Amino acid sequence: MITDAPRIITSRFDNADSFTLAGYEATGGYQALRKALSMGPAAVADEVKTATLLGRGGAGFPAGVKWGLAPENVWPRYLVVNGDESEPGTYKDRLLMERDPHQLVEGVLLACYAIGCGQAFLYVRGEMPLAQERIAAALNDAYAAGYVGKNILGSDFSVDVVLSWGAGAYIVGEETALIESLEGNRGMPRLKPPYFPAAKGLYMQPTIVNNVETLSNLPWIVTNGGEAFAALGAETSRGTRMFAVSGHVKNPGVFEVEYGVTTFRDLIFAPQYAGGILGDRTLKAFIPGGASAPWFFEEHLDLPLEKVTVDRAGSMLGSGAVVVMDETTDAVKACLRVVRFFARESCGKCTPCREGTTWLENILQRIQDGYGRPTDLDLLLDVSDNISPGIAWPPKQTTICPLGPSAVSPIASALQRFRPEFEARIAQAQEARNSIPVTITKASSHG
Amino acid sequence: MARLTNDNVEIAHEIIGRYPRPKSALIPLLHLAQEQDGHLTDEAMAHIGELVGVSSAEVLGTASFYEMFKMETVGRYMVNICTNISCQLRGGEELLAHAEKTLGIRPGQTTSDGLFTLEDVECIAACTEAPCLQVNYRYEHRISNEGFDQLVNDLRAGRRSDIPSHGVLAQVRQHIPEDRRAGVVAPEDKAVPVWIAAAGEGDK
Repeated sequence: MITDAPRIITSRFDNADSFTLAGYEATGGYQALRKALSMGPAAVADEVKTATLLGRGGAGFPAGVKWGLAPENVWPRYLVVNGDESEPGTYKDRLLMERDPHQLVEGVLLACYAIGCGQAFLYVRGEMPLAQERIAAALNDAYAAGYVGKNILGSDFSVDVVLSWGAGAYIVGEETALIESLEGNRGMPRLKPPYFPAAKGLYMQPTIVNNVETLSNLPWIVTNGGEAFAALGAETSRGTRMFAVSGHVKNPGVFEVEYGVTTFRDLIFAPQYAGGILGDRTLKAFIPGGASAPWFFEEHLDLPLEKVTVDRAGSMLGSGAVVVMDETTDAVKACLRVVRFFARESCGKCTPCREGTTWLENILQRIQDGYGRPTDLDLLLDVSDNISPGIAWPPKQTTICPLGPSAVSPIASALQRFRPEFEARIAQAQEARNSIPVTITKASSHG
Repeated sequence: MARLTNDNVEIAHEIIGRYPRPKSALIPLLHLAQEQDGHLTDEAMAHIGELVGVSSAEVLGTASFYEMFKMETVGRYMVNICTNISCQLRGGEELLAHAEKTLGIRPGQTTSDGLFTLEDVECIAACTEAPCLQVNYRYEHRISNEGFDQLVNDLRAGRRSDIPSHGVLAQVRQHIPEDRRAGVVAPEDKAVPVWIAAAGEGDK
């Protein structure tokens, strides 16, 4: 269903001066901060809880609940902003940082005020210098205007917001890896437990890690109230959400739509959104929530963009990235490309992921290159099972973070639906009798 | 080519001063060194180690984890072409093949005039604008083969002053004025935040 829900986080995107302090103030900017200071921290936290704002980074954990996981009376607490957007297909946080940096800064301030964070670190992906520049300028202006820093707007609320940035590593989007990176280390996820940085995070202190889009919603929620936010969307997916629709569509774009009620069909086919499949061809498959998500097909088009429904159907909305593949798509090639991504980005900490993703890439590469063996499809599933036992959804894992299991998603999806394509490719290879040995064998003492 | 210049040491101290632990400044400082020299030299990494109080081995340990840090000389322009799924579906691999032909190099190589280094990269968050690339991390959206050749010609002719040389990221730096500074909060600072205590929530 297409609705006329207001644009909450992209409302300024059409303004030429959307990223300036003057442009922000002229459109209601920093009014939520003033309101919050008169409400008190607990009341602000309550509004966010009432809004039932789900995290927009990938896991979809309710922000209000996450805030509540910080242990009582343990200080200091930190806020870390995850602006390391790099899940393939995902394009929203960069837009929010480049086009409305003050909205994000105000969201950061509201969160710090409500949670009691003594300092905030805004971590932007390294490859995004424009976003870094816009945020640096926004912070400099906001400091000068008295919105950030000591005694904000004359109140007893004081917090420094520090711009920090990465240097190219997908895994740093995982919150404990992000914290490691912020401590100046290699960006490798931490062993769990502790499961939540809210208990032990940055410098082993309670730390709330929130995504850019999540925090960008806060000024609207505080201004309009949590109930107004919760009035939009469906029961388990409130408000609006940004979705990037890419791949084989006529009008690829990033759209803010009402969460929970708009369907995949609306998003992919409606003229005001992606406008249908390129060349009016037919749909082969689509990825509903970024490269880590299992693929969906024609029969899933009428599902609403709603967290629980999509989870139950066997995939996830993840980071709001819909990648559309039409009938001309080579399933083997697409699967290989996604798997190669995870092989390249594995941090190397856990053996099943480090070795497994590389094996998966190599096997798929030889199938793609015409050297596949009849046993390769079982081998793919065997290696996958080592990383993610049972190859089920939601995935189990033999690793400490979900990167390894993410490489299994495209294989499970492609083999389940397009197995004949893989088999045909392998049969061709057998006919050509040009199978050559590849270095994928079990190591043994006999060499 | 070497240690950080005096101006950069000053910037480095300002950056270090924003973090509760000096080592947290490591990645920003490595970027500063790369901005100065175009890549990371051993001397600069050793200097950064001195500034944040860790060994040069630890500096290298962190630096070598991250894709953007280059330990060897690279071209003035780093051309990063995305071939990940959204770009692959819209011709990213064909664009990469064309770029290899135009530049006469393979991914990972640098042209003999030292101008261009080509890389086949992962998703750069411009998926709806595929195929896309970055030159020194500045975006070119929905780029055609002709558009690519035009871009290369413009860069060779010095017509793209908007793209600084490799290593330069944001050209606006954060600066916290002394009189507006709330101050670093170290993990040892166990005090209840003032506004929380004032609201009577300190015991929650």
